[in-house]
Amino acid sequence: MQERLRGNIYYFVLAFAFAICSSCSSEDPGGEVMEEGYVPTPKPLNVPAIFQQYLPQPNIPEDNPQTVEGVALGRKLFFDPMLSGDGTQSCATCHQPQNAFTDLQQFSEGIDGIVGFRNVMPIYNLAWNTNAKFFWDGRAGDLETQALEPVTNPIEMHNTWPNAVASLQSDAAYPELFEQAFGTETVTKELVAKAIAQFERTLISGNSPFDKYLLGEGTLTEQEINGFEIFMDEARGDCFHCHGNEFSPLWTDNIFHNNGLDEIITDKGLGNITGDPRDDGLFKSPSLRNLAYTAPYMHDGRFETLDEVINHYSEGLVYSPTIDPLMKAIAQGGVQLTESDKADLKAFLLSLSEPAFVNNPDFQNPN
Amino acid sequence: MKKIGLLVMFAVFAIGCNSDDDSSAEILGCMDPDSINFNPEANTDDGSCSYLKNVTFNFTQNWGGEDRPVTKIDFNSTTYENEMGTTLTLSKLRYLISKIQLHKSDTTITIENYQLVDLAMDSSLSLAPTQQIPTGDYTGISFVYGFNEEDNISGNYPDLNDASWNWPAMLGGGYHFMQMEGSYNDENGMPQPYAYHNGRARLSMDNFVNNHLEFDFQRNFTVTDDTTIEIRMDISEWYKNPNMWDLNQYNVDLMMNYDAQILMHENGASVFSIGEINQ
Repeated sequence: MQERLRGNIYYFVLAFAFAICSSCSSEDPGGEVMEEGYVPTPKPLNVPAIFQQYLPQPNIPEDNPQTVEGVALGRKLFFDPMLSGDGTQSCATCHQPQNAFTDLQQFSEGIDGIVGFRNVMPIYNLAWNTNAKFFWDGRAGDLETQALEPVTNPIEMHNTWPNAVASLQSDAAYPELFEQAFGTETVTKELVAKAIAQFERTLISGNSPFDKYLLGEGTLTEQEINGFEIFMDEARGDCFHCHGNEFSPLWTDNIFHNNGLDEIITDKGLGNITGDPRDDGLFKSPSLRNLAYTAPYMHDGRFETLDEVINHYSEGLVYSPTIDPLMKAIAQGGVQLTESDKADLKAFLLSLSEPAFVNNPDFQNPN
Repeated sequence: MKKIGLLVMFAVFAIGCNSDDDSSAEILGCMDPDSINFNPEANTDDGSCSYLKNVTFNFTQNWGGEDRPVTKIDFNSTTYENEMGTTLTLSKLRYLISKIQLHKSDTTITIENYQLVDLAMDSSLSLAPTQQIPTGDYTGISFVYGFNEEDNISGNYPDLNDASWNWPAMLGGGYHFMQMEGSYNDENGMPQPYAYHNGRARLSMDNFVNNHLEFDFQRNFTVTDDTTIEIRMDISEWYKNPNMWDLNQYNVDLMMNYDAQILMHENGASVFSIGEINQ
C-alpha cells in the first residue's frame, strides 16, 4: 500500500510540475522577470563550433539569463567611467578590447594613482569557467560577485556602491535601460553586476587559426603543428595537463597551481583565500588563447614576452613546498627544451590568438 | 527483466488456457499494480512483486586496507610509506570508473553513467544515477577501471574534455584512467615529484594496448530498499602487487613509458574491492 501511495503522490507531483512548466513556457520564455507583463528578449550565447563539439553547455545562472537588453546595458556599463569614484575609469580602462580585455601594464593604476599588485586578467569564455572561481586567487564564487568588486576596490575604481547607484539612477538614459533589461527603473548594484556579467559572457573566443585547423577550415604551418606536438609531449612541453588539448579547447583547466616561480612565496594567492598554507603560491591557470594581445604574463606580470614564459618552464623553475608535481626536473630548472622546440612551441601558442575576437564590433565601446 | 515479464505472461497464458473450464482457478503472480511485474490476471499474490529502487555508489580510498579513509584533507600533509619503503604524499588523485553492472542470476543491469572520481571534489565521490534497479537477489558487481576499448574514444565526452582528462593522440588517444600525483623522498631525502598517470600504453608507433581493467566481484546481496554500494580503492596496491614500484625509477614522464604502463595495469588488478552494501 505504501508503494501505491508513493506512486500516486509521484504522479500528482509530476502533473503539478508539468502544469508549472507549461505555464512557464507559455508566459515566461525569458525565465526571470522582475515585473509582470514585461519580458526582455532572450539572446542565447553565440557558441563556437569547436565548443559545441567538445565542451559542455555554457554556464548561465538561472537568475540571470542572457537577454538583448541586458547585454546592451552591461556593455554600456562596462565602458562607462561613471562607475568609478571620480568618473575617470571604467571596467574597460584596464580591460581593453584590443588586448583581449586586459591591458599592457604589469600592474595597473586605479583612480588615485595607486598601482595594484596583480596583472589584469583577460576576459573571455567565462561561461565555461567550470569551477566557478574568479580572480587569480579564486576569491569570487560567480561572475556577478566578481563584477561587484573592482568598483569599490580602493586601489581600482574606488567608488561606493550607493554613490555609483545614485549616479546611474539620476542619469538621463540608465533608468529606462534598466527598465528594458530587468523590468524596473530602480537601479541596484546587483542589477548592475548582472548586466555586466551578461555582457562579459558574450565575450567568447573560439575561432582562432588553430580552431579552424581542427575544424578542417584552415591550415597551420609545419612549425605550428610541430609546436603542438611539443605541447602534447609529456617528456618535452607537457603543457596539456594544465592547459587543455585539442579536445579541451578552453586551453586552461580553470584550477590552481604553484608553477615554480619563487623559492619564497610572497603573494599567497589561493592560500590567502582558503587560509590553508598548502594553497600558498597557487594561482589560477590562465587560458592560452589570445596570448598575442595579453602580455605581460603570469599573475604578477613578471614576464614581458612569451619567450620568457617558455624559458621559465624550460630552465627557470625553482622549488617551494607547494610546487605542483607537474613541474619537473626542478633541480635543473625544468625540461630543457631545445631552442628550435621553444620557437615551434611559441608559434603554436600564437595560433590560438584570434584577431576577430579583439576586433569584434559587438565588443567595442558603445558610448 | 523483460524476459522475466514475458515468461510470466506466457506462464499465465498457459495456465489460463488449461483452466478455461474452471473460473475459480488460482492464478499466481504479483498483484500490486505499482510493481514492475504486476500481473492483472493474478488472483493469488505469490510474493514475487518487484519494485525499482535508487542505487548510490560511494567511492572510497584507503591506504593498506586501513579503516581511516584517504581524503583531500590528507593531500600534501599525510605521509605514506609504499611497499618499497619510500615515503610519499598525495596531492591529486583522480580516476575513471565506467560500465558498472549489477548481476542477478538471470539478468544484468548496466548503469549508463561513468564516473570521474576526483578526491578534491566531494561531489564526485558518489554516483547516484537516475536509473533505478529492481528489488531482489543479486549475485555480483562488475565495472571497468578506465574505459574499455569501445568506449575509449578521443573527445567523445564533454565533461571529461572540460576536465582536461584526455590522453594524448600520440599515445593512442582516448582518456586518462588515473592521475595520481604527489611528492616522494628520494635516496637523499629530498622531495621529488611523481605523476603516476595511467591510460593507453604505446608499444610502438601505431601499436597501442588499451590497458583498462575489468573487475567482476561475486557478492550475494538482496535489494529491498534504496541501496548504497561502496567501491573501495586501496592506494597502496598500486605500489605493491605483483610489482614492487620503485618511485626512484618510475616517477614522472610515465605516460609514454610502455613498461611503466603495463606495470600499473598489473598492479591495478588488486586495487579495487566491494565494501559495504547498505539499505
